[in-house]
Amino acid sequence: MTTLPGLLLKQAAERGDAVALREKEHGIWQPITWAEYAERTRAFSLGLRELGLEPGDRVAIIGDNRPEWIIAELAAQAAGGLSLGIYQDAVADEIAHVLRVAEARIVVAEDQEQVDKLLEVRDAFPKLEHIVFYDPRGLLGYEAPGLVAFPAVEDLGRAANERAPAAFEDGVAALDADATAILGTTSGTTSRPKLAMLSHTNLIEMAARLQQIDPMRPTDEYVSFLPLAWIGEQMMSVSTALLAGLTVNFPEETGTVRADMQEIGPHVIVAPPRIWENLVSDVQVMIEDTTWLKRRAHDWAFAIGVEWAGARFSGTRPSRGLRFRRLLADLAGLLPLRDQLGLSRVRFAYTGGAALGPDVFRFYHALGVNLKQLYGQTEVAGISVVHRDSDIRFQTVGTPLPGMEVKVAETGEILTRGPAVFGGYFRNPEATAETLREGWLHSGDAGYLDDDGHLVVIDRLDDVMLLADGTSFSPQFIENKLKFSPYVSEAVVFGGDRPHVTAVIAIDFENAGQWSEKRQIPYTTFTDLAQKQEIYELIRDHVVTVNSDVPPAARITRFLLLHKELHADDAELTRTRKVRRRYIAERFEDLIAALYGTEGSVTVDTEITYQDGRTATMNHELRIETLSDAAVEG
Amino acid sequence: MDRRVNRVEGTPSIRLALQRVTLRFGGVSALSDVSLDVRDGELLALIGPNGAGKTSILNCISGLYRPQEGRISFVATDGTRHELTRLPPHRIARLGVARTFQNIELFKHMTVLENITLGRHVHMRGGVLSGGIFWGRQRGIEIHHRREVEDVIDFLELEPYRRDAVGNLAYGIQKRVELGRALALEPEVLLLDEPLAGMNAEEKESMARFILDVHEEWGVTPLVIDHDMDVIMDISDRVIVLDFGRVIASGTPYAIRRDPAVVEAYLGEEHAEAGVVGP
Repeated sequence: MTTLPGLLLKQAAERGDAVALREKEHGIWQPITWAEYAERTRAFSLGLRELGLEPGDRVAIIGDNRPEWIIAELAAQAAGGLSLGIYQDAVADEIAHVLRVAEARIVVAEDQEQVDKLLEVRDAFPKLEHIVFYDPRGLLGYEAPGLVAFPAVEDLGRAANERAPAAFEDGVAALDADATAILGTTSGTTSRPKLAMLSHTNLIEMAARLQQIDPMRPTDEYVSFLPLAWIGEQMMSVSTALLAGLTVNFPEETGTVRADMQEIGPHVIVAPPRIWENLVSDVQVMIEDTTWLKRRAHDWAFAIGVEWAGARFSGTRPSRGLRFRRLLADLAGLLPLRDQLGLSRVRFAYTGGAALGPDVFRFYHALGVNLKQLYGQTEVAGISVVHRDSDIRFQTVGTPLPGMEVKVAETGEILTRGPAVFGGYFRNPEATAETLREGWLHSGDAGYLDDDGHLVVIDRLDDVMLLADGTSFSPQFIENKLKFSPYVSEAVVFGGDRPHVTAVIAIDFENAGQWSEKRQIPYTTFTDLAQKQEIYELIRDHVVTVNSDVPPAARITRFLLLHKELHADDAELTRTRKVRRRYIAERFEDLIAALYGTEGSVTVDTEITYQDGRTATMNHELRIETLSDAAVEG
Repeated sequence: MDRRVNRVEGTPSIRLALQRVTLRFGGVSALSDVSLDVRDGELLALIGPNGAGKTSILNCISGLYRPQEGRISFVATDGTRHELTRLPPHRIARLGVARTFQNIELFKHMTVLENITLGRHVHMRGGVLSGGIFWGRQRGIEIHHRREVEDVIDFLELEPYRRDAVGNLAYGIQKRVELGRALALEPEVLLLDEPLAGMNAEEKESMARFILDVHEEWGVTPLVIDHDMDVIMDISDRVIVLDFGRVIASGTPYAIRRDPAVVEAYLGEEHAEAGVVGP
């Protein structure tokens, strides 16, 4: 078994002139070949050693997706160190938590923003010796001990390489494949993130098993735009890219991802449900805004797409007539739309990290995108379960990868065992003992295996609700249905141990705003828009539709539209944008109590902290919409 | 970026000097006997109540107005001295004096890229013939200019809007594009006419940061006019106060806030006893 830096050297030796990475800069895609990739990694790795990095030391990396990010990661590993990613939008307090657990000696940070956050907390970490930055803007005047530019570290490394040319290669050859390569941060829906120890073997095994199912080629393009601190991005941009030789493309800025995707036309995409849902909303709004003729053409083509996808899902081969109509529809409406979205060359599109609603699934397959569910967690180096191309089902997440065993405990918890399962949490034996028992990874997710061996994930074990009539139900299932509306950005459903089901809904400001503008409804802020009668009616209609689709006991009886968006900075979402249900239940305790009361509205006080530190309290009255019995009983 | 300049420490030399400038429209004096210096490497702000003559000064410097009396001289980096009152606006721009306008003056139907590239116009050489053939040297020149423009786009974080028509962009972004066009000119002195006007707190903060970076990293000497006292007092090295076409005070932000003449001009006579301008 080899190591990640070992794979890099292998690719560089075999295909040195092929493009490994591409970064858009100055409006142009700038290529980096495998040989250059390896050279820069060598330089930075030796530079880290010059800075005093010893085997076993931790190097934390924080920043947007750039070549320097993964160069730093592989360089740290090649020097015998451990790399760990921190979400780039993490606030100083979250960064402090990770640094505290990891005791990193060196942090590689992108720019002034990240350096500022680090300097804010560094006093608490005497072990943090160096902060290496790779975007110098605004940092010229900084004088902080240990603050050093990325190229300066590379130069140190190059000088060291002159003195001892074989040091890097020898070091890589001597690496232990079973030693920890990265510390993966867990998403932390219920607690502070933990650091999962993943070895080279874990990461490469996982990638190799996925290759067996979905073989990717060295000519395949991949766009890296999700946080590299997320295991899903690691498994593609690092493990799979190094194993299969993919070209990894880094977008110019967060705001240009869509345009950059379209230019690259990737063959492989991995994204959490959030991204796929947003794309659906965008398309829906786009279609609504377009000309009558184009809308009709789209509706016609899309209906055929739905029919075709339906036939495929039911396992029957589409009839010749349907295949012909689908060809026409593809040329007329579906292909141009796929191209618009940058999905025209996609062979493998994956969704993972949370559940994706069946409606969204159907949408992509109707469009002709091979969207597959995958299931896994940081603790299995990415994924353990995936859909097979010929066997895609809305309700399931597929079957286990070769070599991975998945079973369901008596408690309903999903357990996983296999070569990709991690070695434990870093410096946290209690959590390790709780999660890893006799080789089985206890996921905390509730699910079951169906008769064909497909895994069905219900929800987090702790979140599964017992309804008033005694049936168990997943709030996520209803929430996903609510979120299918382009006007809903987040929804949180309550109802466990309660007489009936209620929902707190956050509207999608952009789409709902556009909807209002078209109808000449004036509004000012998010809060104002969310309390408009018309918006309530719009969302109410959608809730009624959702109600008609779920069992009677799970139907929403009362809901309210929140005065603010749910945000990770307010700790309401995790950095991977999963709802932190328990925290929300605490934070909006009054609102939830009112939902189970009889009043038609509730007043909420919010404290606002301005950037200069001043605070102000505002109070808003939120209306509570009660659905009539007819709408509930339907 | 090669444009970053390492400034020589020491006594700042004067880049731009107005000497006894008077500007009249018919019988109305917009500026009376105004003298002021813009020193190399300082961030100078010009403030004053509405109608005090701030924009008139910028217009005189950039050649849009001709003052009836007085001299405006500009010292270029190479040490040559130029009398601006005798030069047409495009010559002044070529010398390295760029500006933005109070009401955005962009080509609304053109893209961000095109608008900023227009700022490079003064540096473009080549005639109709070489431009038409677009081969060899001319092509290299075009690539060079595009790189310069991309530096500006990168600096002002305009990448997501590169291909968007300016008219469709939010107001704050348009302001940034206008700053970008002025920067593309590679100015030595940058005149900013109310760069913060009409912006929300967040936009102001980022614009103030851009002005500081332009000043510190690009080595450009900015002259800023604005009404936002908080930001002006925060970012400028020196403030000059105008009232009714005259300079009534000049000094550090701290001194200006406590200057009795300034307090009177802003708050009126009756409040002048204990007043301090700004927070």
